[in-house]
Amino acid sequence: MISADLSIVLPEVLLALYAMAALLIAVYTSKDGMASLLTWTTAGVFVLLAVWMMINGSGTQEAFGGMFINDGFARFSKVVILLSAAAILLMSEGYMQQRGLLKFEYPILLALAVVGMLVMVSAGDLMALYMGLELQSLALYVVASLRRDSVKSTEAGLKYFVLGALSSGLLLYGASLTYGFAGTTLFSGIIEATSDDPSLGLLFGVVFLIAGFAFKVSAAPFHMWTPDVYEGSPTPVTAFFATAPKVAAMALFARVVHDAFGGIVSDWQQIVAFLSVVSMFLGGIAAIGQTNIKRLMAYSSITHMGFALMGLAAGTAFGVQAMLIYMAIYVTMNVGTFAFILAMGRDGQVVTDINSLKMYSKNQPARALAMLILMFSLAGVPPLVGFFGKFYVLRAAYDGGLAWLAVAGVVASVISAFYYLRIVYFMYFGDETEGALDSKMSPVLWAFLMGSAAAMVFGVFNLFGIEPAAAAAAATLVN
Amino acid sequence: MIGLEHYLAVAAALFVIGIFGLFLNRKNVIILLMSIELMLLAVNINLVAFSSYLGDLVGQVFTLFVLTVAAAEAAIGLAILVCFFRNRGTIDVEDVNVMKG
Repeated sequence: MISADLSIVLPEVLLALYAMAALLIAVYTSKDGMASLLTWTTAGVFVLLAVWMMINGSGTQEAFGGMFINDGFARFSKVVILLSAAAILLMSEGYMQQRGLLKFEYPILLALAVVGMLVMVSAGDLMALYMGLELQSLALYVVASLRRDSVKSTEAGLKYFVLGALSSGLLLYGASLTYGFAGTTLFSGIIEATSDDPSLGLLFGVVFLIAGFAFKVSAAPFHMWTPDVYEGSPTPVTAFFATAPKVAAMALFARVVHDAFGGIVSDWQQIVAFLSVVSMFLGGIAAIGQTNIKRLMAYSSITHMGFALMGLAAGTAFGVQAMLIYMAIYVTMNVGTFAFILAMGRDGQVVTDINSLKMYSKNQPARALAMLILMFSLAGVPPLVGFFGKFYVLRAAYDGGLAWLAVAGVVASVISAFYYLRIVYFMYFGDETEGALDSKMSPVLWAFLMGSAAAMVFGVFNLFGIEPAAAAAAATLVN
Repeated sequence: MIGLEHYLAVAAALFVIGIFGLFLNRKNVIILLMSIELMLLAVNINLVAFSSYLGDLVGQVFTLFVLTVAAAEAAIGLAILVCFFRNRGTIDVEDVNVMKG
């Protein structure tokens, strides 16, 4: 039995072993001298695991008595997580090297965080869920304060830690109530306990669990840590926060509400719909006054989480499919946008003020065009791929009987279009004030920026085939 | 006779005290760490009480995991706090305000 179980969790085990071996080797040899090499190998390992998951996966396997589930849904989420983490690692290397931030712990911590995420999306039990979530969170608290000598970075780490621990506490309290009133921590047991009229204790449990998840996906009204942590952390870390952990938390959210509480959809549906509508509006309105592009991206990610939650709120298989497609598109757009932000600088100093982008198109027409495509796509302007993500979740909400939510989503996307278009306006029409931004951009960043922008244009034909994959993934979760 | 609901009431009270400690405390970040610890311990009381009530060991296993993670969490929290103190020279909650959220 144990060898069969281990063969199912093999990717996670290998990645954890890799992280520990890399840590030992780096400590006993040249320490930070190995950082660059480790960053590339870690990214390579992520890509290899993603390819392995894509080729090797079929059917649903359960390990350790149902505690760990490897199904199509988990594999889809894992591939997105691994590929986005690899992309962020590759983009970080040059930036961190240049600013003396490239410590060998960075790729290792990211690898450990990714192990946590992989466990999260495969969790079939409240304990596995908690351990995965904490492994991810503990690694992320540390990388948020990676720039140890900066007040902002350590403050970001501290705020993230305190609020993250609060959310873990809420989630855990919900888990304990769920355990008590369902009599088991296995999702398969919980869904049986909720099949006939669920007790009040279970309803309290699911509310606390959802509050904890809302913190992790930074959905309003639990979003208050997001802008500060995004602004304070080093930019590559911000880019990481905006991508892989969001996918993992969203996938975990979907897994719990469908696998464990799929019998009481009407009870949690209203909570998720509320989170969705508040996130969309708050993210859109609060971002209007922001001039720091990292804070702006934080509010943008809050809005996008609202849209992804809209798919989840539908409570149907199509809703989960829409959510998965939305997250995959969101991650692709964010990788490109952060590649652009990472290259923003003047005389080697980091610049995050959007006013510095004025008349950017005059000096860098190609990059400005790529950024224009990404901004339009983030706003959801029709011919681009971002529009299709929004279209799917709106349709899912409408089909799920939440027409009011779909209407609210359309209004919110118009509001949030304002600040994306303002960046475009600055790049093409603003009047130049200070000196131009540095024209230097590493080939890696350039490739990711252009690749992401190209994906937004050419993906309109068939979304690169993720649609049937997401449909198959959603079908394994909701039946 | 002390029944399950007494344990749950104590745990709920401790949990609420922990949350209030996080939000009302304006003095010291260490108190935040203590409040977090209090919340996790309230959860542990819940889990052990349920475990004994249900005659099911899973709750106690869960408690051990929570204790371990809480220790790791406290270690990381204190490490970040030390870094923050070195840069800022204070650990007052009111001074954690370079960035306004």
